[in-house]
Amino acid sequence: MYETSYNRVSSVTEAATALDAADDPKILAGGQTLIPTMKQRLAAPSELVDIRQVDELHGISMQADGAIRIGATTTHAEVAANADVRAQLPGLASLAGHIGDPHVRYMGTIGGSLANNDPAADYPAAALALGATITTNKGSYSAEEFFTGMFETALQENEIVTAVTFPVAQRTAYAKFPNPASRYAMAGVFVAQTPSGPRVAVTGAGQEGVFRMPAMEAALAENWAADSLGSIQPDAQDMLADIHGSAEYRANLVNVMAKRAVAAA
Amino acid sequence: MKAEGIGARVLRKEDNRFISGKGNYTDDVVLPRMGHAAFVRSPHAHAKVLGVNAEAALAMPGVDAVLTGHQLVADGIGNIICGWLVHSKDGSPMNMGAWRALEPEHVRFVGQAIAVVIADTPQQAKDAAAVVDVTYEELPAVVDSLAALATEAPQLHEEAPRNTSFDWELGEEQQVADAFANAAHITKLDLTNNRLVPNPMEPRAALADYNSAEEHYTLYTTSQNPHVARLVLSAFYNVAPEHKLRVIAPDVGGGFGSKIYIYPEEIVCLWASKKVGRPVKWNCDRTEAFLTDAHGRDHHSHAELAMDADNRITALRVETTANLGAYMSLFSSAVPTYLYATLLSGQYDIPAIYANVKAVYTNTTPVDAYRGAGRPEATYLVETIVDKAARELGLDPADFRSHNFIRSFPHQTPVIMNYDAGDYDATLSAAKQAANYADFATRKAEAAARGKLRGIGLSCYIEACGIAPSQAVGSLGAGVGLWESAEVRVNPVGTIEVLTGSHSHGQGHETTFAQLVAERFGLPTDNVTIVHGDTDKVQFGMGTYGSRSGAVGMSALAKALDKVEVKAKRIAAHLLEADEADITIEDGELKIVGTDKKLSFTDVSLAAYMAHNLPEGMEPGLKEGAFYDPQNFTFPAGTHVCEVEIDPATGKVEIVQFVAADDFGQIINPMIVEGQVHGGLVQGIGQALLENAAYDADGQLLSASYMDYTMPRADNVPSFKLETNSTLCPSNPLGMKGCGEAGAIGAPPAVMNAISDALGGVEVSMPATPEKVWRLAQAALPKQAAE
Ligand SMILES: Cc1cc2nc3c(=O)[nH]c(=O)nc-3n(C[C@H](O)[C@H](O)[C@H](O)COP(=O)(O)OP(=O)(O)OC[C@H]3O[C@@H](n4cnc5c(N)ncnc54)[C@H](O)[C@@H]3O)c2cc1C
Repeated sequence: MYETSYNRVSSVTEAATALDAADDPKILAGGQTLIPTMKQRLAAPSELVDIRQVDELHGISMQADGAIRIGATTTHAEVAANADVRAQLPGLASLAGHIGDPHVRYMGTIGGSLANNDPAADYPAAALALGATITTNKGSYSAEEFFTGMFETALQENEIVTAVTFPVAQRTAYAKFPNPASRYAMAGVFVAQTPSGPRVAVTGAGQEGVFRMPAMEAALAENWAADSLGSIQPDAQDMLADIHGSAEYRANLVNVMAKRAVAAA
Repeated sequence: MKAEGIGARVLRKEDNRFISGKGNYTDDVVLPRMGHAAFVRSPHAHAKVLGVNAEAALAMPGVDAVLTGHQLVADGIGNIICGWLVHSKDGSPMNMGAWRALEPEHVRFVGQAIAVVIADTPQQAKDAAAVVDVTYEELPAVVDSLAALATEAPQLHEEAPRNTSFDWELGEEQQVADAFANAAHITKLDLTNNRLVPNPMEPRAALADYNSAEEHYTLYTTSQNPHVARLVLSAFYNVAPEHKLRVIAPDVGGGFGSKIYIYPEEIVCLWASKKVGRPVKWNCDRTEAFLTDAHGRDHHSHAELAMDADNRITALRVETTANLGAYMSLFSSAVPTYLYATLLSGQYDIPAIYANVKAVYTNTTPVDAYRGAGRPEATYLVETIVDKAARELGLDPADFRSHNFIRSFPHQTPVIMNYDAGDYDATLSAAKQAANYADFATRKAEAAARGKLRGIGLSCYIEACGIAPSQAVGSLGAGVGLWESAEVRVNPVGTIEVLTGSHSHGQGHETTFAQLVAERFGLPTDNVTIVHGDTDKVQFGMGTYGSRSGAVGMSALAKALDKVEVKAKRIAAHLLEADEADITIEDGELKIVGTDKKLSFTDVSLAAYMAHNLPEGMEPGLKEGAFYDPQNFTFPAGTHVCEVEIDPATGKVEIVQFVAADDFGQIINPMIVEGQVHGGLVQGIGQALLENAAYDADGQLLSASYMDYTMPRADNVPSFKLETNSTLCPSNPLGMKGCGEAGAIGAPPAVMNAISDALGGVEVSMPATPEKVWRLAQAALPKQAAE
């Protein structure tokens, strides 16, 4: 790890001030991505602004319209265990409960995961499938606007994610085929039956990060059943390929995981 | 059975220290004024080094020195050796390319060390290493051993034309050819044994301390064999003479073979410690471990098996190309030859065997012994071709195997080994029974109803452990003898220190060696301390690898205990005024048989040290040592049965049952043996399903972290069913055979045969990744549906 300085803040305003004052700062949340990256000397921020002790960024609350608002520093374990999430959005609870290992789930945060937008991360699939709204200290984004490509988001420099709001859905489920080595998603499919119809989002498989599957959504709108997905797959040309699986294999996994998610929802 | 003696499930004495974070590993050792080393490593698989500019690095804060290969060569530090001389079939000795601890001119694998930075902190050393400016001229690289043999392939070493170190053979080629000419059936097979990265939990580390007043060096390091390290460092690397070098291997967190060798980093730390005048510590990070710990396996083979009309195997012919990596590591020549081809007879009575092995340099990390070392490669080949032959002949794979079993002992194979004892039918039937083999069809049908493809696979493995009779290995080219030593020091109060040349890095010697003492004298194991891993304490020893600590190390201890027993009995007889022959030792007491006259062990040891009343002419004290040189290898063997279910939609393989029925000879602590088997099986399953050191065509290791190298985890394996069925080893005093490697040797073919069975008999290569299996399942499914 390169030398860096560490600054723990206690409010969003304080965080914003610290970030603006520093040379080359980084927000530190759970550190489950940032710290390993720094240890490998792939990142060298001059200052870490730790937002984990900021009260206003933490916690889960049910909104009047039934939507669930999750503060940015809420950990994966907290999301997985939350009674409202389990009752209203069981697919989201189950997704959070299967991220990484217990250590990662007790430290890693939803805000960090979304801000990082790893193409194999799980949360982006839920955010996109459920049409979540990502709120920051500067404004807010729909999930569609927010994820702009591999490790790319609409966030401006030093913009702080403060919360994510998931609107109501009648049915949700997430099926993930983990990469055998890292256990990140090789293909993770989140399906949701929402007031505006079925939505399907895929993570892990696409070259541009998380994406929706309109063909699957249309088929599910006809008939919400695994069988109605038939052999619908994304175009293999748009899929990732690496030592763990070819693009063609990933395209197949998207189909299989989508069916399993629908069957489970 | 005595409460803590042979056969007792004594809890591991060392675990309290390990699980409460009180272990003392090399990195825990902190010396005043110590500096930290960081290595500058080649990012290229093959390149000329045109220059090393350290100016910027030397100007960095805290930097003490930047040392390069030219300085190392000028100081007379020797090239890295290979400890086993193998000759090609034409009689010429193997071709060794020069491997320098820091390479001045020509790098041949990614990660090869070029220079070292010594600084006040590890961070400063790494910061400075990153700015050492090395100018390279990149050269084309070759990573696959078959490709390296091609005439147009890039050449690695001038000394090794066509990248070949040796072209070795074993067995009678003509006799094998005759058997094939008369064969009723011939089975042919091509297979690859995938390259593995050892991944011990504790990465390597070294801390070297030169004392200028005494001109003496101390090296703390992660070694499985500190005495061998000292011998090689002094005899070949010219760092220090043996009596001026102390090597300490404190707690070591796993090795699996990778910590046998003396690597460039240890040599450089010792050399640098004198040059910079302060202790020098190096701690390997995980990426460095992936790039520089000796890898394992990496064979391509073609094999042919001949059968007569009665389905008896008449001959086996094997052509193997073994990937050495860029340089020859310490035992790299022995692994694909004497530790491999000598096991090609498996458990079968095969009259004629011929093996030809070419050992080839490539632009990859050096390959050496890794858990099993040669024997997993042999077992995978034999157990795959035997399975294929049974399938081709339409025979049950278990019946075909047992039809060809060796049943009379001793049995001389055509490939050197003389099997001393075994009962292969016993382990096969125990395994079949535990696996409910007979009822497999029901389970397969039930799985099919759930949309799963179920398969069952066998592996009847044999290995040669108890390495090794010194004279025999000497005649085959080994550069060392492979005996072991032990010393038993009885203290005046009757507590005991056992000094052993074996080294424990996870095996539990502090418990099992103490159990041997408990068995012999009836003393509690708490009265016994096991001392190992320090060349200043233990006089000499050959260390731990090849499942040798029990069969060889404990045999040495048994011999030393014999001597202590004799002397203690003489003293007791003298004090009790009885005949020596009438003294027995039980429950920590020396008794006259048939009377109530007795002395405690403490009474006798105290008498030995008081020396007020000893038998005429007896020297005071109670301390004995012994060297034990084995008469033969030992031959653990057994049957593994694996059952898998494949999800055809994803290709994911689940192991739903795994049975291992092993014959390890005498077992000292069944709980520890089970742990060894569990670990070995997990590594064997890892090789079959998950692990693979994948290089791209340019020689970059693609699986150089846990993000891409699939280490097996608890949820990849089932709860194992273990059976043991023992025949005693006749060649050592305890009847022990060894158990440390069996799991890694036997498991891969059992898993692969099960997958092949599930897919209707197709050949599958390791690791059987989901995509590979998915493709085969897609092809197999329509066929199976039609059946
Ligand atoms: C062993 C391991 C296994 C893992 N497995 C999985 C897995 O299976 N699936 C999965 O999805 N993830 C996995 N992860 C990643 C994990 O979920 C991380 O926790 C997550 O990606 C990042 O969250 P964090 O809170 O740790 O963020 P940090 O590491 O602290 O930060 C990550 C990045 O986001 C930025 N950031 C953090 N918070 C904010 C914020 N509020 N506003 C703006 N920017 C912010 C940081 O500046 C940094 O660039 C794994 C991680 C590890 C170490």
